[in-house]
Parts: sequence; C-alpha cells; structure tokens
Amino acid sequence: MANMSLEKIKMPEQAPDIRNKNFEEVAMGYTAEMAMEEATRCLNCKHKPCISGCPVNVRIPEFITEVAKGDFLEAYRVITSTNALPAVCGRVCPQETQCEQKCVRAIKGEAVAIGRLERFVADWYMANVEEKKEMPAQNGKTVAVIGSGPSSLACAGDLAKQGYSVTMYEAFHQAGGVLVYGIPEFRLPKSIVQKEIDGLAELGVKIATNMVIGKVLSVDELMDDMGFDAVFIGTGAGLPSFMGIPGEALVGVYSANEYLTRINLMKAYISEYDTPIRNSKGVAVVGGGNVAMDAARCAKRLGAENVYIVYRRSEAEMPARLEEVHHAKEEGIEFNLLCNPVQVLDDGNGQACGLECLRMELGEPDASGRRRPVAVEGSNFVVDVDTVVMSIGTSPNPLIRSTTKGLETNRKGCFVVNEETNQTTREGIYAGGDAVTGAATVILAMGAGKTAAAAIDEYLQNK
Amino acid sequence: MFPIVNKKELNSNVTLLEIEAPFIAKKAQAGQFIIFRVDEFSERVPLTIADYDREKGTITIIFQKVGLSTQLLGAKEIGESILDFVGPLGVATEYDNMKKVAVVGGGVGCAIAYPQAKALHSMGVEVDVIAGFRNEDIVILEEEMKAVSTNFYLMTDDGTAGEKGFVTNKLKELVDAGNQYDAVIAIGPVPMMKFVCLTTKPYDIKTIVSLNPIMIDGTGMCGGCRVTVGGEIKFACVDGPDFDGHLVDFDELMNRNSVYKAREAELTRDHACRMDKLAKDLIQ
Ligand SMILES: Cc1cc2nc3c(=O)[nH]c(=O)nc-3n(C[C@H](O)[C@H](O)[C@H](O)COP(=O)(O)OP(=O)(O)OC[C@H]3O[C@@H](n4cnc5c(N)ncnc54)[C@H](O)[C@@H]3O)c2cc1C
Ligand SMILES: Cc1cc2nc3c(=O)[nH]c(=O)nc-3n(C[C@H](O)[C@H](O)[C@H](O)COP(=O)(O)OP(=O)(O)OC[C@H]3O[C@@H](n4cnc5c(N)ncnc54)[C@H](O)[C@@H]3O)c2cc1C
Ligand code: SF4
Ligand code: SF4
Ligand code: FES
Repeated sequence: MANMSLEKIKMPEQAPDIRNKNFEEVAMGYTAEMAMEEATRCLNCKHKPCISGCPVNVRIPEFITEVAKGDFLEAYRVITSTNALPAVCGRVCPQETQCEQKCVRAIKGEAVAIGRLERFVADWYMANVEEKKEMPAQNGKTVAVIGSGPSSLACAGDLAKQGYSVTMYEAFHQAGGVLVYGIPEFRLPKSIVQKEIDGLAELGVKIATNMVIGKVLSVDELMDDMGFDAVFIGTGAGLPSFMGIPGEALVGVYSANEYLTRINLMKAYISEYDTPIRNSKGVAVVGGGNVAMDAARCAKRLGAENVYIVYRRSEAEMPARLEEVHHAKEEGIEFNLLCNPVQVLDDGNGQACGLECLRMELGEPDASGRRRPVAVEGSNFVVDVDTVVMSIGTSPNPLIRSTTKGLETNRKGCFVVNEETNQTTREGIYAGGDAVTGAATVILAMGAGKTAAAAIDEYLQNK
Repeated sequence: MFPIVNKKELNSNVTLLEIEAPFIAKKAQAGQFIIFRVDEFSERVPLTIADYDREKGTITIIFQKVGLSTQLLGAKEIGESILDFVGPLGVATEYDNMKKVAVVGGGVGCAIAYPQAKALHSMGVEVDVIAGFRNEDIVILEEEMKAVSTNFYLMTDDGTAGEKGFVTNKLKELVDAGNQYDAVIAIGPVPMMKFVCLTTKPYDIKTIVSLNPIMIDGTGMCGGCRVTVGGEIKFACVDGPDFDGHLVDFDELMNRNSVYKAREAELTRDHACRMDKLAKDLIQ
C-alpha cells in the first residue's frame, strides 16, 4: 500500500539565518531512510505522466521503485540511462514545472519528490561506488567539443563511451560552464561538477582549458588543420545585457555574470583568493530569474545588510525555480516587485548610491502570454543601495558565428539546427544547449548534448 | 602550465617576460592581448602582446608591477611556469590606408605602442614615435623603438632624458610644423590618451587609443570591461581594445578603473606574506 501522506518528506536544510552567512550547501539531502520512505509515495502509475514532464524522459517510476527496494545502484543505472548529470539535475531542475508538475500526487497535495530522490541516488552513488571508468577501445575518430557546460559534458561523455577520441575546448581556466562560474556553491557544490569532469577524463576525454575558439583556433581550423571529424558547439549564452539606463557605468554596477564569476569561479568569498569584489551595504539585483536569485543570495552571504530583488512583473511571472525564491525569502532577501529601474544614482564621486525605480501595474497580456507591466507615472522612488547587479538576460556570444562561414543563426544570434540531430547548417558541425535555445536550463542543454552525440555517432559511422 | 623562457628587468618597475605559448604565438597580431593567471589564487589580468615569435612559439609581455598580480608575475623566474595564459584576445589593430603615422607612447604604454610601431614600420609606413616618461630612470625600450621609427622623440616630464615636456607638446609641434599624419596611435595612462585626443581633435586627425579597463574573461561574458564609445556601450575585450579616441568617454573609464583601489592597497599591504610564502616555496 502506497504511502498516502500529502506532503513530501522534508529535506534537511541549514537554518536560514546561519546559511545566509556561509557558502555551504543549503539543502543537505535525504538519508537512505528518508529516500526509501519518500519513494513509497510513488503510485507507479500505469501512464507514467511524470516521465512526459522530464525533458530527457528519466524513467521515473522505475528508478523510484528501486529506491523503495533499497537497490540504489540499480536506481542509478535507470536514471543514467537517459540523464548524464543526475547529481546536478536533481539539484537544479525546475521540477515544479517539469516532472513534478505532471505527477498525479500533485493533484491533491505535493508531488513525489522526484528531484530530491534523483539527487539522493546520484549522491549515494558518488559516495559509495568506487568505479574507475575505463577508457573504451578507440574507434580512431576524433570530435572537438567547444565549451564545457552541461551540453558539452553530456555530448563528450556519450561520444567517449563509444570510443571516439574527444577533445573539449574551454575558454575559461576551468571546465564546467555555468555550473562552475554561475550557479553558486551553496546550491551546487563544485566538487560534484569536478567529479563529472574527472569522470570524462577517465573515459579519455582531453580537456583543453584557456582555449577561446574563434580566436586561438577557428572551427574550420579544428576540422581542416587539426583533423577533427566533427565538432560540437556548446558555448552557451553568456553575453550579458544591460538596460541602457543612466548610471549603468558607475562603479558598483555589475552584470550578474561578472558578479557571479568573481564569486563562484574566482572565489572572491574565500580570503586566500586575490579576487576583489565590492564590499556592499545595500545591493539591488534587477531581474527575477535563477540568476537574479543566485546573485542576491551571494550578496547576502558576502555581508550586505539589505539585499533587494527588483523585478518589473509580479511574483507569479518570476522565472526562477520556486525553491530558490522560497530560500531567498527565508534568507532575508527583500522583494521589490512590479518596479522597474530608471536610473542608477551617482554619489558625486562616480559611485552608485541608489537605484531610482518606477512602480508598475500589470496590463494586458503580451506576446509571451504574461501580463505586460505598465509604468505608473510619477511613482518614482529610490532603493537605497550602493551596488546594483543587472540580471536581465543574456544572449549567445558572437565569437564563433562571426568567425565561421556558413553557420546560420537566428535573429537572437542562436545557432539554427535541425531539431532531430542538432546539426547546424554545416555538415559535421553540431550545436546544442543555450547556444541554440538562448538561456534555458541544465536539463535541456544536457539533453541537446546527448541528441547531438547520437547524431554525430551516426554521421561518422556512415561517413 | 606556461613556462617562462626569458626575463629582463627594463627598469626598477617594468619587467619583460617571454613565455612559451605556441598556440597563441601562431595567431598573435599587434594590438591583441593575453590574460594570465599566476596561480590558483590569482586574479585574471590582461596584458598586451608586446612581441611574438611564431617559430619559437613564444609570446613577450612587458608589464608594470602596479599591484599584487603583476608583482607575483614579476617574481617568477626563467624556468618557472604560470598556471594560465589565454589569447590572443581582442581585435588586432587595423592599419588600412596609412602612409604616415605618429605613435605616441606613455610610460609602460610604450610596451604596447612598440609592437604597433614595429608592425607599421615593417609594412613600409613612415612612423614617428613620441615616447614620454616621468624621468630618465623609467625609460624603457628606447633602442627598440628607435629601430622601428622614422623619427624618434624621447620626452621626459623633468628633462632628465630626451626633451623636457609632455608627449602632447611634441605632437602639436610636429603637426604644426606641417607633418601630415593619416593617424595617431596613442597608448598610455588614460589621462595621457585623453590629452592626446584633445590635441588631435582640432586638426581632425584620426586617433586610435588602446583602452585598458578592468577585465575578467576577455571573451565578452562579464561586461566588466564596458566602455562608452560614441554614446554606446562597448566591451573592450571583444570590440577593442582599440577605439576611435575622439569618441571615448575617458573620464568614465578612469572612474571605473578606480573601483578596487582600496582593496588593492589592502592586498598589496598583505601581500608581503604571500611573497614570503612564495619565497619559502621556492627554497623548498
Ligand atoms: C546563475 C545561473 C543560475 C542558473 N540556475 C539554473 C537552475 O537552477 N536550473 C537550471 O536548469 N538552469 C539554470 N541556469 C541555466 C543553465 O545553467 C544553463 O541553461 C546551462 O548551463 C546551459 O548549458 P550549456 O552547455 O549550453 O552552456 P554553458 O553552461 O553556458 O557553458 C558554455 C561554456 O562554453 C564556454 N565558451 C563560450 N564561448 C567559448 C568559445 N568561443 N571557446 C571555448 N569555450 C567557450 C564558456 O566559457 C562556458 O564554460 C542557470 C544559469 C545561470 C547563469
Ligand atoms: C587590454 C589590456 C592590455 C593591457 N596591457 C598592459 C601591458 O602590456 N602592460 C602593463 O603593464 N599593463 C597593461 N594593462 C594594464 C594591466 O592589466 C593592469 O595594470 C593590471 O590590472 C594590474 O594588475 P595588478 O593585480 O598587478 O594590479 P591591481 O592590483 O589590479 O591594480 C593596481 C592599481 O591599478 C589599478 N588598475 C587595475 N586594473 C587597471 C587597469 N586595467 N588599468 C589601469 N589601472 C588599473 C587599480 O585600481 C589599482 O590602483 C593592460 C590592460 C588591458 C585591459
Ligand atoms: S532530470 Fe530533471 S526533470 Fe527529469 S526527472 Fe530528473 S529532476 Fe525531473
Ligand atoms: S506520476 Fe508521480 S506517482 Fe505517478 S509514477 Fe510518476 S512519480 Fe510516481
Ligand atoms: S572582460 Fe568580460 S566582457 Fe570583457
């Protein structure tokens, strides 16, 4: 008989007023007992609606059944047959709009904690199974993977397992993409990402950091001079946007990318590191996505007294994961909703000293179906801060498209690909992840990397 | 790891390093830069490619030891390595339709001006180099610049070497004397570049400056290097570092470069212990 409790088993967490002063992981994960008990909430539905909610179709009831039995190794095998990064996805997928949204248990009460169970299984595996991966027999073909975010990690992994000799080229000094430079330690410990990268190295993937493709080598040189048989482009959507309002060039105004990179990749929060970051008293983060939540929670942890989210729509429209919004509120982040910045104020010495905003009202729905915010005339007010972090979206970097002939991109600068194969408009060149979709999610990027790997395999087998 | 194959102290505060980086050496062009990171704890810092040797596979950098990162780099000796070295970044300088050019370098900016003069010289362009320094003790690259210029003018603020005066005095003098420059390339401290641009503006001489905002990635992903050029936001690492000097908002750049002043002072104060540790590691 299934466990009919309406609520998920709670996940142990650091208390809000303690965790908002450290960078250790907020959510501590289920114990084996908790996981097995939560697993009994799954009804093993015949139609498996949850699976259709998962972009990579993790066979959810199947793995949960194994968890309930206590066979975590088997559960791991089920998950990883379609998902290359379960420890990451279990932590960062927006489950409430994906797998868990479709769970029948969500009709009355809370969905089965699919994400938490996935995380548990992956963590259990990392902690208990000492499996040294072996480099498979090589098939003599070579693939270059550009970028090292989730799409590239998944693509490289699948190809390496099939015997391809894969080289991954990363512009930064460290591999991992957004998983290392964007998403903070307290949400995704970097040791987990490192394990994934080490696993690739064991499979024989060569990881070349400090390689900005389009500058040091072009895609054509990779193919013509270096002799790669195929190329995968997983360069993400890292180009930050600014609002174009007065005062954005003042000292104290950051893009979220810069702010998070200084903190996460360059470890500004650890005193042994030389990376400087502004010592802020008040921080306004403009935006309502995961990136904004991460920036705000980092600012709080660095000691800012007042941290505000400034978002021009209402909470219902915020694209951030539910859990992040909830955690941010618990940690004392204040939400200024329905307000839009009009200028950053100058203290007279070129330093930011406030963010002037206008109040907004929700009007008619716009093209995205969300109600369009309309400014209320004369409602100007000032958020009292010395630091402003712009987190209003990013787009793909033009470096590769501008240095490679014949690679078509759309109006937003995203690579145009065949949806089934992820092949670009050039033979032998594939692309996936945010570079194709614009800023999206880890799981979609990972899925695209796997799709491309399968297509590359087919292409090279027939070539 | 990137091994150091040659090292020279050009003056008490400016060091030249030649570093093995074959991929970068193959592609480098005048006007481009690299980003280095000495060790795991260091910042990522941009430096112009002062020279390259495609055959040997090496890159030469010349830098002033202004803060912690450049001091750590300056403490490295031949045979040692640095952790990260990435490039060539930025857009190479464009020299279309130039027959006669004035290259103006200020202080360590001469390290950046020198490869430009050299490139122009090798293309057969007539190059007048004006190099300015505070005093004779800090003059660098004098012989090298002489070798690649048609006319070479050395200026010092106090007259202890070359002529007494600022580079802008000499530039104005040359222009007024009837020299027709297709372009002026000015590289040095931000105030110097600003004044060179103010000098050339009335004569409407195209003036190219090489901007040095604070950077992290150098690939267009952080926006930290943003500068206002002709009223638009540009990212110096990918759109530059060269820009039309008459359009650059220099005051904004100066302000943005001051962002970590206090923190840098603190670091440089504390860094004695880091240098000590470095020394100890070396002994072990
Ligand atoms: C702060 C933040 C929080 C997020 N939170 C979540 C979340 O909670 N859940 C979720 O699902 N998604 C989240 N996302 C989105 C998710 O991280 C991305 O959708 C995903 O990482 C995209 O993966 P990718 O492989 O396409 O590229 P990325 O992860 O962006 O990696 C691209 C890599 O390519 C490198 N690169 C770029 N250009 C070049 C070049 N020319 N040569 C060599 N290398 C290059 C970059 O340096 C980078 O390492 C978040 C994003 C951010 C920024
Ligand atoms: C494209 C580019 C090319 C460059 N080429 C050279 C070069 O060839 N040789 C050279 O000596 N320098 C060059 N610079 C400047 C060099 O990057 C800075 O001096 C460097 O940041 C110093 O690092 P640091 O840690 O030693 O000093 P920091 O500790 O970072 O700074 C010391 C002091 O310098 C200020 N400062 C920091 N960064 C800059 C900057 N970018 N410009 C001006 N002041 C700054 C700080 O506010 C502080 O007061 C270049 C900069 C750029 C962007
Ligand atoms: S990968 Fe993401 S969407 Fe799929 S089951 Fe796991 S948590 Fe849910
Ligand atoms: S929908 Fe929910 S209850 Fe049904 S199988 Fe999926 S996870 Fe289990
Ligand atoms: S250095 Fe980051 S965008 Fe230029």
